[in-house]
Amino acid sequence: MHTMKLSLGPLQYFWPRERTLSFYREAVQWPLDIIYLGETVCSKRRQLGTRDWIALAAELAESGKQIVLSSLALIEAESELGMLQRLIEDGRFLIEANDLSAVQLCKARGASFVAGPSLNVYNHRALALLMSDGLQRWVPGVEQGETLLRELRTAVLADGLGMPELEVIAFGRLPLAYSARCFTARALDVAKDQCGFRCIEHPDGLPLATREGQAFLRINGIQVQGEQITDLGPELPVLRELGIDILRLYPQAEGMQDVVAHYDLALRSPTPPPRIASRNGYWHGEPGMQPVATAQA
Amino acid sequence: MHLVCPAGNLPALQAAIDAGADAVYAGFRDQTNARAFPGLNFSDEELRQGIAYAHARGRKVYLALNTYPDSARLALWQATVDKAASFGCDAIIAAEMAVLDYASRSYPQLARHLSVQGSATTAPALRYMHERFGIERAVLPRVLSIQQVERLCEQSPVPLEVFAFGSLCIMVEGRCQLSSYVTGASPNRHGVCSPAHFVRWDEHPDGGRSVRLNQVLIDRFGQSEPAGYPTVCKGRFVVGDETFHALEEPTSLNTLELLPRLAQAGVAALKIEGRQRGVAYVASVTRTWRDALDRYRASPQHWSAKPTWQQALSQHAEGHQTTLGPYHRNWH
Repeated sequence: MHTMKLSLGPLQYFWPRERTLSFYREAVQWPLDIIYLGETVCSKRRQLGTRDWIALAAELAESGKQIVLSSLALIEAESELGMLQRLIEDGRFLIEANDLSAVQLCKARGASFVAGPSLNVYNHRALALLMSDGLQRWVPGVEQGETLLRELRTAVLADGLGMPELEVIAFGRLPLAYSARCFTARALDVAKDQCGFRCIEHPDGLPLATREGQAFLRINGIQVQGEQITDLGPELPVLRELGIDILRLYPQAEGMQDVVAHYDLALRSPTPPPRIASRNGYWHGEPGMQPVATAQA
Repeated sequence: MHLVCPAGNLPALQAAIDAGADAVYAGFRDQTNARAFPGLNFSDEELRQGIAYAHARGRKVYLALNTYPDSARLALWQATVDKAASFGCDAIIAAEMAVLDYASRSYPQLARHLSVQGSATTAPALRYMHERFGIERAVLPRVLSIQQVERLCEQSPVPLEVFAFGSLCIMVEGRCQLSSYVTGASPNRHGVCSPAHFVRWDEHPDGGRSVRLNQVLIDRFGQSEPAGYPTVCKGRFVVGDETFHALEEPTSLNTLELLPRLAQAGVAALKIEGRQRGVAYVASVTRTWRDALDRYRASPQHWSAKPTWQQALSQHAEGHQTTLGPYHRNWH
């Protein structure tokens, strides 16, 4: 049987330094194959700086797990390009490219990379182009589900090409949008330049509800996430049949060890696991969020 | 600086040309462009007529081909590149790698502009698109400050086009799934944001109204409150104890006062948003910017933004409000 691997996606939130370090020192003991490290959302989050992330990567790599360094999804300032350059020039770890800037720098260095979910790859031709630039693994964007991946795979094979490693987001809140604006700072009525790093107070993001109280989105600095935590566990038979190589689990503030244990057991079980969080509409070609009964008037 | 104006249909295209656009951008009536709205865009014949109209007056027509085809639909985007070349479009505006690759191989002489949907915000990202697909120009996402735009102009391998006026996408273009999270339809894949057939307005006994997008409440309005189109990013929501425009107010981008800095930075073209808007918008906004640009060219030292220009632009702004948006650091 096709053996699937488990990955721990990059931490999307901002946690205090000690909490982050102890989280990863525990996580490295969990039944995971791959751990993504690094800041993907906001360059001002420096409880761990670029050097700290690289040092943590070196420490965790001794476990034998594959460590990947993830990079920012939105790069605006030259200082942010500098951070990216340091990650890539270290050269010891695979890079997750979440922006074309990272693709270009990896390509120039001849370094292979993981194409992260914010890099827009929608078809077999784009995938083939990026593979010739060094793409080794692909994490499709959030809106790409079973049908699109099936069609893409068919097209790749028809072209006589091979597929890269395929990793799908199996568990966590989906990253939906990025902006120049910090929505956490806006909600707390502070300027972005003097934000006081207040997102550290919200280890699972800041909940945003509709005016009738329906939980809807999560504000996470310059990123907006869907409120619902998606769970592709029950879809395991289809994921296997599609040749998915890796299931990505995004870190949450609480209960992550149990989530990893749940998926680890699921991979070793002949029957798909029960659902532990929301169904992912995108996977089924529907709106990403699951409809919720509207509040009674 | 060239003035690039929106053309949602043939009358708008003619209005933009008559009002002084150096170039117009237009799309076909399908999902190959990011304004795939009902009743908008061009048939083959209309686009031929539009190109003839523009070329007879020495102006240009760019074809917006800026959505992301999946594997099964790629052939339609390729066929649209073929049409752009055979109709004599002056450039295609594209974001997706397979589309750009096909165009660069099949029609190397057809200019390729990187769409704002391509999300390129740095010199390395622009270099990638230039080296890979020979783009001749790039449209910057509306995320950079004026200082960052100035620096990028120095480092970019290609001339840059920036948004000057119009509806303001608050998210990085090409990286926003808020519409698809709620409706399943996205700007990237379907060329739409918050499509109208998912919108439902409800009248309340007190004269107020509420608006839903696929059943999700985006906002409520009092009797006399102006009500805007319900994109998720411009709704009012509850965060903590506050109900407010948690992402962005209904407002339009207006960079008129930055015109001298953009010109001095070496920006190649200014883009006006609004293919979904009517002829009156296109004519008035184009005329205003044409006048502003001409006066700047004639006398850069003595240029200042005229109040009459600002008034004309405000009339066409969402909620009659304008902002410098991300160009201004305080907006962030």
